[in-house]
Amino acid sequence: MTTTTRRPSRSGLRGGEALSGYLFTAPMVILLGLFLVVPVLMALWVSFSDWTGRGSPLSGNVNFVGLKNYSALLTGGGLAEQDFGTALKNNAWYVVLVVPLQTALALFLAVLVNRQILKGRGFFRTAFYFPSVTSSVAITVLWLFLFNSTGAVNKLLSYLGVKGPNWFNDPDGIIHNFLGLFGVKSGPSALTNSTALGVSWWDWLGGPSVAMFAFVLLAVFTTSGTFMLLFIAGLQNLGGDVTEAAMMDGANGWQRFWQVTLPQLRPTLFTVLTLGLIGCWQVFDQIYTGTKGAPGKTTLTPAFLSYQSAFNNQEWGQGAAIAFLLFIIIVLFTLLQRWILAERKVSKRRMRGYEVPPKDGDPDGPKDDGPEGPDDWKDGNGPLKVATGIAASQIISKNQGGSI
Amino acid sequence: MQRRTNRWLAAGILATAGVLALSACSSGFGAGSSDSSGGKLTSSKKALTVLIGSSGDAETKAVNSAVADWSKSSGTDAKVSVASDLNQQLAQGFSAGKPADVFYLSTDALAGYASNGSLLAYGDNLKNKADFYPSLVKSFTYDNKFYCAPKDFSTLALEINTDMWKAAGLTDADIPTTWDQLETVAKKLTTDGHVGLGIGGEYARLGAFMTEAGGNLMNSDSTKATANSSENIAGLDYAKKLMADGSLKYAKDLGAGWGGEAFGKGLAAMTIEGNWITGAMTSDYPTVNYTIAPLPAGPAGKGTLQFTNCWGIAADSPNQAAAVKLVEKLTSSSDQLAFSTAFGPMPSIKSAADTWKKDNPKLVPFLEAADYAKGVPAAKGAADVVTDLNSKLESLATGDPKTILDATQKNLEALVK
Repeated sequence: MTTTTRRPSRSGLRGGEALSGYLFTAPMVILLGLFLVVPVLMALWVSFSDWTGRGSPLSGNVNFVGLKNYSALLTGGGLAEQDFGTALKNNAWYVVLVVPLQTALALFLAVLVNRQILKGRGFFRTAFYFPSVTSSVAITVLWLFLFNSTGAVNKLLSYLGVKGPNWFNDPDGIIHNFLGLFGVKSGPSALTNSTALGVSWWDWLGGPSVAMFAFVLLAVFTTSGTFMLLFIAGLQNLGGDVTEAAMMDGANGWQRFWQVTLPQLRPTLFTVLTLGLIGCWQVFDQIYTGTKGAPGKTTLTPAFLSYQSAFNNQEWGQGAAIAFLLFIIIVLFTLLQRWILAERKVSKRRMRGYEVPPKDGDPDGPKDDGPEGPDDWKDGNGPLKVATGIAASQIISKNQGGSI
Repeated sequence: MQRRTNRWLAAGILATAGVLALSACSSGFGAGSSDSSGGKLTSSKKALTVLIGSSGDAETKAVNSAVADWSKSSGTDAKVSVASDLNQQLAQGFSAGKPADVFYLSTDALAGYASNGSLLAYGDNLKNKADFYPSLVKSFTYDNKFYCAPKDFSTLALEINTDMWKAAGLTDADIPTTWDQLETVAKKLTTDGHVGLGIGGEYARLGAFMTEAGGNLMNSDSTKATANSSENIAGLDYAKKLMADGSLKYAKDLGAGWGGEAFGKGLAAMTIEGNWITGAMTSDYPTVNYTIAPLPAGPAGKGTLQFTNCWGIAADSPNQAAAVKLVEKLTSSSDQLAFSTAFGPMPSIKSAADTWKKDNPKLVPFLEAADYAKGVPAAKGAADVVTDLNSKLESLATGDPKTILDATQKNLEALVK
């Protein structure tokens, strides 16, 4: 950025371009500013203020209270901290279950409906995508019926000889339930006596409640269709050449998927995981229409808690503070995930496997009779690595465009 | 780098300008709202808006026609709107400085809105002030000011399935009036098919036992936490004992959503619910024969819980005088009796009691309970504490009442500090 070529004077033929550029973007910039940036800044201010919900938060009788709202949530020792801890615990389990499950299912469905030989692909794609376009409120209500104590799901389970739980009324953690099968009813005192955010470690490790688990199933059911679509787009973007190369090298379908296709889908995977992570941490509508935090606060989530503290309890500062803590959590998780999925240079040691030995160093050539060479089929190591090497180099070259 | 900074600068300027613009608007709102708690009521020609959280068409229609009648006679326009989420819409109105003039307000929301000055404390201006039940007035008194007129109320009583009662060989003389008798009949009524007493596992039902033992979570002004008193512990101990006997079960454990459902489906021979259960019984379980008895007395005599709402008036309303007039009309004997016929609540004024009892002979125990009923805690944030208590009461059968109530005591003390 040190040496920039001096631009010609703006009065020329293209002089007005910058101005019209700003003009064209102005409506959107103003709309975004007014309805996004300004409210966010105001909420930030509310989280540091003692606003009580009457009149404007910017009026003169609202005072700055520093980190009071945040400390009530993080170190207050009262009900506010306990509720926040409970909400984080519930949502963390929700994320831990939903994100991998929905991503795996979406990828599985995408691979299925992406196959050329599948008849009626359009039908299946529509069918799998359908839950995503239905309103979340409608689906939640449907879920409440299905998972009623005498509902369809329990009826189905009863045919299998299983007595289904009273889904949306059951506050027991599923890991606690599992341990209960072995007679472990209460945790060791090391876990029950020490707490984090007002919730004992034993409870943190209790797993999602049965009620929350029903929400996990709901989320996987509704969102995997959306992400399936992203994966289909990703799959269709892949050139056939690399796969063909892998085929020629003798990789079977399983190997082609794991070592050729999946690495190439990394940008899509990143998108899906990021969107999934954000969506999961912000889960609100299902809770609002479904259980409102019941039973036993085990479906309370930070997003719903934020709403509840502000609108029902008139604790506007705390409600806003929860929203910003949630924001920080989401950013941290996204960064962490980005770091985990980041492209790393292939190490020298691994790279050596991909290198084609120089011809002149080996006049007779390796004992290699081409792809049909019997050794290579069993070996599954050398040739396949060439294909993955090509795939890897392609991804690297693609990513140099700064796709992520 | 240069261009980058410029961009951020521009965004910053835009944001600041936006905030300033909004604050300019807001100072406009602020100027109009003056604290009118002590002074004269505002009065203008503006139409009134009435915001209600309706239980259904019957209620909406009844309120609509009552308000329309008042508009006709007073000459002031008034419009009723039904909130889909009352708390949220109220909060939005207050923060925008343009709230509804008259609205439903629950006991647990009162303290929050009263403390930030959103509400008009008009109770003392009411002509029919002396007619309200004193315990209801107490529920809507905050900081020694009677804020709003009780709209109507409900109390808990004991509902008994008469067919199961007879099948167990019990007669009218056996209707329990003490804890010991309740224990006996609950045992007798427990069979393979149904449990003796099935109730919702929450404070709003189990709290009745606490009041029968002479306690409650807070004192009647909601200024002092009394959650872990020996009376409350005795109340929960009694419920726990019935559970251990197998003669008391939570509706949830019977596979029902609430006590009324367990009772209607015949999963429980008795339940403890409020007068709203009659509507559900008529519409969902019309074949079940039942009778209503007062809750049996505990060690400290009779006790029950009461639930109520009031007609709130906004401090920011430009037409408070007319709003008070409207509320006087809506809480009058004739209007309350009309509401009662339409959707079943009990009138909040003593002068309507006799007519109501004559019209609803079966439901008399509900109204008579007004003499000894106690309110639920109304301190700011108490609803949250009660939710927390409810989550612990779910495991009362295996839990320790004192530990449960100690935690609630700590949480309530934090509210009134």
